[in-house]
Amino acid sequence: MTHWILAPIILPAILAPFIVLAARYHIQIQRVFSMAGVVALIAIAAGLAWQASDGTVTLYQLGDWAAPFGIVVVGDRLSTLMVLLTAVLAFFVLLYSMASGWDERGRHFHALFQFQLMGIMGAFLTGDLFNLFVFFEVLLIASYGLMIHAGGRERLRAGVQYVLFNLLGSTLFLFALGSIYAETGTLNMADLAQRVTLIDAEETVGIRVAAVLLLLVFAIKAALVPLHFWLPSSYAEAPAPVAALFAIMTKVGAYAIIRVYTIVFPPDLEVTAGLHTDWLLPAALISLAIGMAGVLAAKKLDRLVTFSVIGSMGMVMVAISLFTAESIAAALYYIVHSTLAGAALFLIVDLVRNSREHLNLTLLPPVAGAALISGLFFVAAIAMAGLPPLSGFLGKLLILDASYLSSGGVWVWAVVLTGSLISIVGFARAGSTVFWKAKSVEPEPLVESEDPTGSPQAEAPATMSYVAVGGLLALLVSYTVFSGPVHAYMSATSAQLFAPQPYFSTVLETPGKLSKPKQEEAH
Amino acid sequence: MEFLVASAIGILTAAGIYLVLRLRTFPVILGMSLLTYAVNVFLFASGRLVIGAPPILVDGVETYTDPLPQALVLTAIVISFGMTAVVVMIALGAYLSSADDKVNDPTDPEAQAKAEEDVA
Repeated sequence: MTHWILAPIILPAILAPFIVLAARYHIQIQRVFSMAGVVALIAIAAGLAWQASDGTVTLYQLGDWAAPFGIVVVGDRLSTLMVLLTAVLAFFVLLYSMASGWDERGRHFHALFQFQLMGIMGAFLTGDLFNLFVFFEVLLIASYGLMIHAGGRERLRAGVQYVLFNLLGSTLFLFALGSIYAETGTLNMADLAQRVTLIDAEETVGIRVAAVLLLLVFAIKAALVPLHFWLPSSYAEAPAPVAALFAIMTKVGAYAIIRVYTIVFPPDLEVTAGLHTDWLLPAALISLAIGMAGVLAAKKLDRLVTFSVIGSMGMVMVAISLFTAESIAAALYYIVHSTLAGAALFLIVDLVRNSREHLNLTLLPPVAGAALISGLFFVAAIAMAGLPPLSGFLGKLLILDASYLSSGGVWVWAVVLTGSLISIVGFARAGSTVFWKAKSVEPEPLVESEDPTGSPQAEAPATMSYVAVGGLLALLVSYTVFSGPVHAYMSATSAQLFAPQPYFSTVLETPGKLSKPKQEEAH
Repeated sequence: MEFLVASAIGILTAAGIYLVLRLRTFPVILGMSLLTYAVNVFLFASGRLVIGAPPILVDGVETYTDPLPQALVLTAIVISFGMTAVVVMIALGAYLSSADDKVNDPTDPEAQAKAEEDVA
C-alpha cells in the first residue's frame, strides 16, 4: 500500500496553515513555498498518473478501516488525470498571479490558493460520496475567499451571489446524500454501485429522487443551463488568476457526473433508467447554444470569456450525456483542452484590462503590449472556438464522431456546428474591436502630454505574465501535437469506467479492519 | 413521530426557500440557515427514527439506532455553521461598500453608481 496517493491532499493542507502562521507578513516567503508546493504537486501527480496508467487502481484506507466502513481514497486513471491537470493549471495560474502582483492586492492569497487545491484534489481522489461533499465544501470555502480577494464593490456583490448559490447547492447535496443513505445504507461509491443493483424494480422512487437531486447538484457545479446563473458575474468579477483557477472548478462538476453516472448509476441500470440519459442531452445542448450566443452578444470582454466557458461546459456535457465509451473519451479530451484554453483566456483578459480603461467592446486606443497580447488572444480564441489546427477542433471532431450513430446525433451536429460558427464570429468581433480597430483610434492627447516618454511602456505587463499565458498556450499546442497518444489514453480511461469490476474489487476486497462485517450492521 | 419530523422538515424547507427568494441579503441568509436546519434533521432521519436505542454495540440490547447519520449531521452542522459565518461577513462587506444590501445586480449600473455617490 502506497501513501503517495494521499500526498496531493496532504501537501497543500500542510502548506496553507504554514503560510498563514509562519509567513504571514512575508509575501516573498509565501511565494517561494506556494510555488515549491505546486511544483512538488506536479511531480507527485505525474507519478500517480504514471502509476495508474497501466490500469491499476490504487486504494488508500484511512486508519486502515475496510472500505464500506472507513473512508477511502482511490486513484484510477480518471482521478489521477484530473489531479495532474489541476496541478499543471495551478502552476501557470500561480506564476501569473505572482508576475502580475495579484497576490499582493489582498491578504492570504497563497494560503487560500493552497486550500483550494486541497479541496479540488480531494474531490478528485475520494471514493466516498460524503467525502466528496466535504471536499466540495473545502474547495468552496477557499474559493469564497479567493473570489473576493482584493475587494471592491462589484466583486463583493458578485461574491455574495456566488456564495449564496453555492450554499444552496451544498444544501441540495446534503438532501441528495440523505436520500441515498436512507435508500441504500451506504455512501461509499463502490459499495453503493453494488447495492443499487439489488433495489427492487417496484421500489425505485427514493433512489430515483436521490439520483436526480445529485445530478442537479453536479449540474450546478458544472454550470449547466438552467443552473448556470452564478457563473457569468462571479467569474467576470473574480480576480483574473482566480477565474483562471476556477476553470477547473466547473470541471469538478463534470468529473463528478462522469464518475457517479458511469460507476454508481450506469446508463443501463434499470433502477434509474430514463433519468439522466433523457434529460442531460437537451440541457447540455441548450447550455452550448446559450454559451455560444452569449459569446456573440457579450458587451464586455470578460463576459464574453465567461460565456465561452459555459459553452465549452455545454460541449463537455453533450459528450458526457451520450454515455458511451467513445463519447466519454471525447469528453475527457475536451475537458483538458477547455480547462487550459479557458484559463488562458481569463489571463489574457487581465492583460488587456491592465492598460485599458474598461473592458466594454468599444473603440479605445490600443492596449500596452498590444502586439503580443493580440497574438496570444488570437491563439486562445482559435482554441476556444474550436478552429483547426488546435485541440478544440480535434475535441469537437471526436464529440461529433461519437454522436454520429446516437439517437440525438442530428441535434448534436446541428447545435455544435451552428454554435461554433456563432462563437467564431463573436471572438472575431471582440478581437478586431479590441486589438485591430484600436489602431485607428488616436490616443487621447491628455494622456500623452502627461507622460510623453510612453505611459503604455510603464504599464506594460510583466514578462513573466506573458510566460504564464504563453506556457498555457504552448501546452495546448503540444496537447494538439500529441493528440494521438493522448486520445488513446483517454479511451483507456473511459474503458476503465465502463468496466468497473477491478475498481469495485480493489475498493471492497482489500483487507483492513472490520473487513468481514456482519451483513446487518450497516442498516 | 414520523409525521412530526416530516412536517418539521417540510415547514423549515418551505420557509427557507421562501426567504431565499427575497432580494435582500438578510432574509436570504436567514433562509439559508432554515434550509440547513431542515437538511440536518433530514439527514438525521435518514438512519430511520428509533427512540431510546443505543447507537453502539452493547451486550444484551436487541435494537440499535444507526450511528452514521449522527456523524454525518455533526459534519454538516459544523460546515453549515462555518459557511453561514462566511456569508454573513461577505454580505456585510458588500453592504458596507455599496450602501445597499440587495442580492441582485443593479438593472442600471450607472444610475446605481450615481445614487451611491449621492448617498456618500
